[in-house]
This record gives sequence, structure tokens and C-alpha cells, in this order.
Amino acid sequence: MSSLSVNHLLGIKYITKADIELILETAKNFKEVINRPIKKVPSLRDITIANLFFENSTRTKLSFELAQKRLSADTINFAASSSSVKKGETLVDTVNNILAMKVDMVVMRHAHPGASVFLAKKVKAKIINAGDGAHEHPTQALLDAFSIQENLGSIKGKKIVIVGDILHSRVALSNIFCLQKLGAEVMVCGPQTLLPKYIESLGVKVELNLKKALNWCDAANMLRIQLERQDIKFFPSLREYTMMYGLNMEMLDSLSKRILIMHPGPINRGIEITSEVADSDQSIILDQVENGVAVRMAVMFLLAGRMN
Amino acid sequence: MKPKIILEGEQLEITITRLCHQLIEVHDSFQNSVIIGLQPRGVYLAHRIHKKLCEILKTKKIHVGEMDTTFFRDDFRRKELIPNKTNIDFIIEDKNVILIDDVLFTGRTIRAGLDAMLAFGRPNDVELLVLIDRRFSRHLPIQAKYIGKTIDSIESQKVKVEWKEIDGKDRVTLLTDKE
Repeated sequence: MSSLSVNHLLGIKYITKADIELILETAKNFKEVINRPIKKVPSLRDITIANLFFENSTRTKLSFELAQKRLSADTINFAASSSSVKKGETLVDTVNNILAMKVDMVVMRHAHPGASVFLAKKVKAKIINAGDGAHEHPTQALLDAFSIQENLGSIKGKKIVIVGDILHSRVALSNIFCLQKLGAEVMVCGPQTLLPKYIESLGVKVELNLKKALNWCDAANMLRIQLERQDIKFFPSLREYTMMYGLNMEMLDSLSKRILIMHPGPINRGIEITSEVADSDQSIILDQVENGVAVRMAVMFLLAGRMN
Repeated sequence: MKPKIILEGEQLEITITRLCHQLIEVHDSFQNSVIIGLQPRGVYLAHRIHKKLCEILKTKKIHVGEMDTTFFRDDFRRKELIPNKTNIDFIIEDKNVILIDDVLFTGRTIRAGLDAMLAFGRPNDVELLVLIDRRFSRHLPIQAKYIGKTIDSIESQKVKVEWKEIDGKDRVTLLTDKE
């Protein structure tokens, strides 16, 4: 198999295990490319990509932009805060206007779940979802899987726990789909108020005690508390959250085995993990960032391959 | 029609040995020369030649690398391409590079290879070695300096190179349509 089964990357839910494996395998080749003295290849030199960020982003946007530059694609950037969206233009109109300038691929982040699925039905261009509300963030899940595979050898049979604000997290949902498709066991851990109802129906384990969860797993993905999405109080105070669900060195050292620590960023140091843990040798947080560029190169390369 | 055998077993061994001696004639002790095999199937020939050169020159210090050209090809999106591993753990700056591939046909792979190589430095000199040269079928002005065997073929024919390492036997055959 050397081609994806889909024309867009809208979510991990919509792609197959073979697709995920193809992306991770291709990303390995790109990781080698970005570690060369000359880090650029001409694969997408005839492709124009629009980065539409209707919601703020630093890491994902930079990572996508860098990946596009490494592939020699032409890019245009768009931020909702400084655009006609403020004047009342609809999403489809905005995108169609951009596509009229002959754009081949769109990378979009939007605050509404399903925005990219909607767009894929309406416009002629390859769509990559860079996060839609609390729904999916497929490239983050792929780079997390790539980083786990790189550090643990494989994903099949491994135990991964996702800790924190599962309710507001698109990273959590994409990670659950991705890891399960690759044969891992997934657990979620957090205060009851931040775990969605019926999350068990996705086939994940639920644990309320952080220490028990960490003792069970091979790798822990520590999510950020998304205060910007919380319109009501889900827990009494940040200090109490940190005491119950924050990971510190003492807790890490007390575990029965060595586990990997991951974080999708941005880190709130001292809340979900302490600085010591984030900078420890068990943390692969910066590997994740490096791998993000390689994985996004692979996704864009493979989608462009379906553009005949 | 039965496939026509171009090279096989001992004949192929003799050809490889001859190519090695031709290389030694030019590159002497290989102090400033490196070998790069092109993925996917040129790497087997590169490793064969490397092994033979090490035997003849009684040294283990000849650099050999594997290079993938997928990301540099001009026919990306015209056909399905699968990237392979690039493994070059030396710098080619000011070196004499010998590019190796199994079959030279249109010359497009070699063109991509020349581009891909520049990511590893500016070589002093680049030469091309191929096992089979399908002459009169080039799309680009590219010629090999060292040639195992030159053959005449038409575009619809295919040259199949098999290696002991992956196919169980050493053999080069010319296949005509629907074989």
C-alpha cells in the first residue's frame, strides 16, 4: 500500500490503520531529511497551501509552516483576527475566495467541531484539519503515536494513559482513536467533572486516581487544563487540581517502572506537570515537537500524491 | 515469449569484478572517493561492488551509502511512489562520488539523484555506474561512465534485475509485454 485511502485528513476517525502506518513510515523518511545539513526537498514545489487559522495557535501553525517550507510548497497565511471574517463573511465564502487564487490545499483550525468536514464537502481542495473545537486534532495524534513508536519500539499492546481535561480536549479524542487503531490500550484519568459521560463506550479504561493510572501505563500524555474553554468551574481551584492530578518528580520516582512523559503543549508549568518533570530525561516533549514537523510533511506529501 | 536472459550467475559476477577493476583504474585506493547506491534496487549493486572493492584492495575504509530520490523526482503525482531509506553517514564535500544504479533507462532517476545528492555537500566530481544501459531510450542528456552491459530495447519492454539477497538468485532478464 503506497497511497492513502482518503482525500482529506479530517480526523483519525475517518482513516484506516493502514493509512496511519503509511503516514508514520513516510514520516521516518522525512525525519531523516530534516536532520540533513540541507533540510529541504522539492517535492511540493508546484503546490500552494493556505493556512487558515480561525483560532489561535503557535506550535501547530509554526510546525505546519515549517513543514510546508521544507517541502518547497508556496504558502499563504490567514488569521481570523485580522480578516473579513470580522465583517461577517461566512466560512465557505472566505475559503472559496482564497481558493479562487488557485490554492491546492487548506490547513484549517476552527473553533467549531466539524468545520473541516463541512468544508471538505463544499470546496475543491485537499483539507487538513489542524484542530476543530473539542473534536479532533489528527496531526497531533499522529505525531504522538510516532513519538511513542520511536521511544518504545511499537505501539501494539502498549498501555497509554491520557491525563487531565479530557472533556475539552481534541487531542484526547484523536489520540484515543489513533492509539486504539494501532492496537494500544488506552486509559483516561482526571477529575470526574472533566471526563465526558459515556467515555467508556469508546473502549477506554477510566481511572480517577493518578498514581494508579501511572503505575498501569507505559506512557502518560499530560493534557493542559483548557481554562479558555471552561465557562463554568469544573474543579474548586487550580491548586487543588495540581495536588490531585499534577505530576511531580516525587510521584514519578515512586512508580514501579520508568514511563514516558508526553505533553501536547503549551505547558502550564507547575499545574499539570512540574518543571522538573517536563525537563527530565523521561520527558519526550521536545521530541514530539521535532516529530511534528516530520509527520506533517508526511501528511501533506501523501495528500498531494492523491492530487492527479 | 520466453523472457530473454541478459546476465546470470557467474557472468554477472565477472561483470561486477570487471566494473570494480575499472573503478580502481580511476580511483586508485578510494581515499577521496565514495560510493552511493540509489534506492530501491541500485543499493544491492552498490553493496556488491563495495564488498568486491574491499576484497581486491584489502581495505575496509571505503565509504558506501544508500540514497532515496523519491522526494526529488519530477514524476511525483504521475505515479505512486514509495519513499525508501536514505543512509549516508559521511560528507561528500570535495569527494569523488560514484553513483550506482541497476538500470539506466530514461535518466530521470539519475537526475533526481544528482539533486538529492546536493543535500550532502558539493562533490568534486560525480560519475555514474550502471549494470544495464538501455541505450537510445534517454529523456535527458545523461550517460554512464561505467557500464555492465549495453542493451537495445523498446519502451514497452522491461528489464528485471534480481539479486541473491532478496530474490534468491542473481539474474537480469528482458521482459516483453504481458510477462
